[in-house]
Amino acid sequence: MSVTTPSETVALATPDDPATAPASGRRPRRGLIRGILGNRKAAFGAAVLLLFGVVALAAPLLAPGNPSLITAIASQPPSLEHLFGTTAKGQDILALTMHGARTSLLVGFVVGAAATLVGLLVGVASAYFGWVIDDLLSLVTNVFLLIPGLPLLVILAAFLPPGIGTVVVVLIITGWAGSARVLRSQALSIRSKDFVAAAVVTGEHPLRIMFREILPNMASIVMSTFLACVIFGIGAQAGLEFLGLGDASVVSWGTNLYWASNDGALFTGAWWAFVPSGLCIALVAFALAMVNYAVDEVTNPRLRTTKKGRTRA
Amino acid sequence: MRFIVRRLAFYLLAFWVSITLNFLLPRFMPGDPVTRMFAQAANKMQPHQIEQLRQLFGLDERPIWQQYLSYVQNIFTGQMGVSISRFPTPVSEVIGSQIGWTLLLGGTALVIAVVIGNLLGILAAWRRGGVLDSVFPPILVFVGSFPYFWLAMAALYLFGVVLGWFPIRHAFDAGMTPELSWTFLSSIATHLFLPALTIVLVSIGGWMLGMRNTMIATTAEDYILMAEAKGLTNNRIMFRYAARNAMLPSVTAFGMSFGFIVGGALLTEVVFAYPGVGYQLLAAVQGLDYPLMQGIFLTITAAVLVANFLVDIVYVRLDPRVRVS
Repeated sequence: MSVTTPSETVALATPDDPATAPASGRRPRRGLIRGILGNRKAAFGAAVLLLFGVVALAAPLLAPGNPSLITAIASQPPSLEHLFGTTAKGQDILALTMHGARTSLLVGFVVGAAATLVGLLVGVASAYFGWVIDDLLSLVTNVFLLIPGLPLLVILAAFLPPGIGTVVVVLIITGWAGSARVLRSQALSIRSKDFVAAAVVTGEHPLRIMFREILPNMASIVMSTFLACVIFGIGAQAGLEFLGLGDASVVSWGTNLYWASNDGALFTGAWWAFVPSGLCIALVAFALAMVNYAVDEVTNPRLRTTKKGRTRA
Repeated sequence: MRFIVRRLAFYLLAFWVSITLNFLLPRFMPGDPVTRMFAQAANKMQPHQIEQLRQLFGLDERPIWQQYLSYVQNIFTGQMGVSISRFPTPVSEVIGSQIGWTLLLGGTALVIAVVIGNLLGILAAWRRGGVLDSVFPPILVFVGSFPYFWLAMAALYLFGVVLGWFPIRHAFDAGMTPELSWTFLSSIATHLFLPALTIVLVSIGGWMLGMRNTMIATTAEDYILMAEAKGLTNNRIMFRYAARNAMLPSVTAFGMSFGFIVGGALLTEVVFAYPGVGYQLLAAVQGLDYPLMQGIFLTITAAVLVANFLVDIVYVRLDPRVRVS
């Protein structure tokens, strides 16, 4: 995907901006990616995500068999045999955590991608067409943004048949509005640029203008919206499952916490039953947030900390 | 004034959407959770209660538009059916007796998080690259990455069960009768401390970073330079010139985040067995108590809309630009 018009980035660029300064913005996207990879926050975030991704993929190899099976004495604290201890039922918590990563990450990324896509379509369409369509779409977006998420999640999940599919659908319904709003305002500012007007005058197809002219220029904001949506997806899934609205037979970080709480881990002192899954959620969310801030910093030089040696010329 | 009227119309529309959603869900969802609910609970209900619930959930054989009209009418007169899990208390009564605790918890946590978070953001932006600016944000973002309910579990375990510093459940000591006395109020405060603390910890980072970023943009403005040139004191420039102008996005976010905070408070309540609507929501989910679930959804939505409307009124007072356009 090549950027049709570099005017946007050039206009924003300051002399010390590594993303655009070299080659006078001819191919700013390569600079963007290099800038993100060179960023300490992003490198940390990417490493953590990679680690979790590998563990999730390799879970059936690392911990073969069904993790829900009872294989040990109940409520054992961490030991060499069971590194993370065992649950009140006698399941190995390390296996539960590793297998839980599969579901949690899958749901998180699917929700993130779908919610961003819906938000993108609504946002860009509303910015491109303007007038009545914009008013209407913005109205719907704002209504969804305002209705409190968790209660809405609960009634939706309660009425739909339980299962992972339901959780995904429900999270997309409640999660797209935020990204639509952010993407709309960005698309709106690009819509008013001269090169879009030029494209309209040349008679390009609306879809082409939206996806070939406007979209490439908001790549960074789409990226950070996606990351935010993934964070939302993982956290909200855990919340739903913690309330018992997921499929309790599926192993995920949320259901692990649900069972830990149901088995009274808090009051029997079994901290090892609820610490790993919560810590995993937090680590993944933190890593995603770090990558997100890095994207922000690279694309918005004003936010960068001006410490000596950190600004690359 | 026009701005206020437009916003009011918008909130009414949002409320109408939630009511309609509530109306449509049980009628058009695949599977039949409502029948399951009736099968479980019908034998203990009076005939007129069954009739009322059948109407609310669309099991009577009337045309859909008639059902809709009477549904809207029922909602606005506060008739949301009887609760199944707290049978035979009406839903409105169940919620009415508990929404206060949720608002207390959510409101306290929100106000504390906003005040401290914004202050931290102002100071961090004022001393770019200082200790506050480089140490706090990563820590707060990390803490903010934990799910509300998990941090609540950890705090409950550490400070409640292991150390025993704070009570671990309910909103006041068992056996106390609500009264306006020092002992009762302090009991409420000690019970409120941990749940509120966990919500504050999770949400404070967002406020700090938001404020910091707006502040950074504001401090680059010419009038800040002018204020410095005039020789005003640092504090005066920071709070009266920069922070005051950087506040506006935070005010808008205040209304928006009310919904998130209440949502987070719901889960926190579950962990601490805090007697608000969130704790009741769990009971409702477990007991297939659909009338109560829907009632809680509508009540919280209404509360969030009202809060946003109040924020709008404040916003008009703060930002003269909306009064002109």
